[in-house]
Amino acid sequence: MQLALFIIFAALAIAGALNLLLQKHPINSALSLVVVMLSLAVLYWSLGAEFLAAAQVIVYSGAIMVLFVFVIMLLNAGEEEHTTGSRAAYFAGIPGALAVFCLLSFVFLRESKAFGSVQLSTAPVGAMSNIAEISQVLFTKLLLPFEVTSILILVAILGAVVLARKEERE
Amino acid sequence: MNSEVPIAAYLILGAILFSIGVGAFLIKRNIISIFMSIELMLNAVNLTFVAFAHHWHAVYPVAGASGQIFVFFVMVVAAAEAAVGLAIIIAIFRTRKTLNVDQINLMHN
Repeated sequence: MQLALFIIFAALAIAGALNLLLQKHPINSALSLVVVMLSLAVLYWSLGAEFLAAAQVIVYSGAIMVLFVFVIMLLNAGEEEHTTGSRAAYFAGIPGALAVFCLLSFVFLRESKAFGSVQLSTAPVGAMSNIAEISQVLFTKLLLPFEVTSILILVAILGAVVLARKEERE
Repeated sequence: MNSEVPIAAYLILGAILFSIGVGAFLIKRNIISIFMSIELMLNAVNLTFVAFAHHWHAVYPVAGASGQIFVFFVMVVAAAEAAVGLAIIIAIFRTRKTLNVDQINLMHN
């Protein structure tokens, strides 16, 4: 069950990410990014993080991606044209990304014995739910950072309004 | 039926998604697509955080939730970053009339 879930949604996430890379039109990239985020939500749930799975669906694929699609449609973004500047990016970008991947997977595979494995029903009966556990830490030990993030969001809203406002002509 | 998935598989999936994000960041020429590949990289790192949180949860049950709380804060900051970044993109489009990063190379006109 766990293995089938992982294989299906990992393949879906990789396919979505590759589609993001290969599509020319930004709206297609945005919709394939939604696929990636939804399959990552299922993977979070299979790792025992129910709260983050819900937050991923609501915040990322709900709010952030709607904002992206909204801006793409507002700016009427068409297909991207390839210019001479992107030629160098192909020669530098693909080997660079492959090098990052090789380094990371080398480290992970070398340490894979120490990491153990995941099963769906590993949580002991009577254990605290994930949400209760998170909220207990978040609202006692980390209350100040939590409140500071609300100010950060407020500043971000004000900044977005100021930046996107039409300038008055004098 | 042995259907366990090693944590390393989740970590390697995170590495694959991160490298695709790096590649898309370097290859894409549309500023919105570049911004979306940044979001993809953030998501890959979040998956790594959750996988490590699951690993440490078995060892230290109380401190194990910190990884998931870290992901929560990353999501909050990503939401704020998306709002400001898209506002900057709208402001750039209003002055330059283009979304191609090769034509947006001066700080002022």
